[in-house]
Amino acid sequence: MANFTPVSAAIGGVLIGLSAVLLMLSTGRIAGISGVFSGLLNLRGEDKGWRIAFIGGLILAPILAGLIGYGMAQPKLPSSWAVIVVAGLLVGFGTRLGGGCTSGHGICGIGRLSLRSIVATIVFMVTAVITVAITHHALGG
Amino acid sequence: MWIIAPLLCGLIFGAGLLISGMVQPTKVLGFLDIFGAWDPSLAVVMAAALAVSIPGFMLADRSARPWFAGQYFRPGKSGIDLPLVAGAGLFGIGWGLVGLCPGPALESLATLSPEIIVFVAAMAAGMIAHDAWQQSRLTAQRDRQLASATDG
Repeated sequence: MANFTPVSAAIGGVLIGLSAVLLMLSTGRIAGISGVFSGLLNLRGEDKGWRIAFIGGLILAPILAGLIGYGMAQPKLPSSWAVIVVAGLLVGFGTRLGGGCTSGHGICGIGRLSLRSIVATIVFMVTAVITVAITHHALGG
Repeated sequence: MWIIAPLLCGLIFGAGLLISGMVQPTKVLGFLDIFGAWDPSLAVVMAAALAVSIPGFMLADRSARPWFAGQYFRPGKSGIDLPLVAGAGLFGIGWGLVGLCPGPALESLATLSPEIIVFVAAMAAGMIAHDAWQQSRLTAQRDRQLASATDG
């Protein structure tokens, strides 16, 4: 567990929880990123303002952090474009079908003690662990 | 200026992902790789977030309406069904393949990394494909109901 960073993890987690609660208290919305984002992908005109503002803030965070000297490193992704595209399609389709992602089910849904979200979180955690076990160990990658 | 509220919430959320390191796929994969050099950090992030969100949502439940909106928009569904389990399963496979879920993926657009832009485009395509499929199912269902109504 050489990479374990409990203090920064706890501080970051408190901020994520705080953001979810503040979004609910202020605008009455669930801070589930897949839901916030997918609401921007249709041509209907209503309720896009808060979605754009929230995702704008999300993208602005590393830019502002960079200005004060805490720039974000380039994320490291697999070298295969096919893997990146397939993963993106699965994340997009799966989060819509299952009604949420790590934030919507994991933080907000479990935060509201929803049984649906507890089940969804267990399912995506287990399938993700199995996927990593197969790609990193069984396939020798 | 109610729009400041969701903007600030996005900033705080982004700061949380940055500080916790969860914006980095390698950090997330370190948690998911329980048979490798396991890194429990993501579990601490979730526990800390829930320690705030559980009492916070209870507080929201006790207030009649949000500060800047007419009503709360809470998910209406309850009960476990096949779409929930299948959707979560597919999402988990995609998450495990690259270590990116929607929040960190969108936040990483700030780096202008070509890989991130392609991932977010594929994610958007997956969401649009799902919604188009649902729409066509609903239309087919309505057509069948109309046909059987005229038959009867």
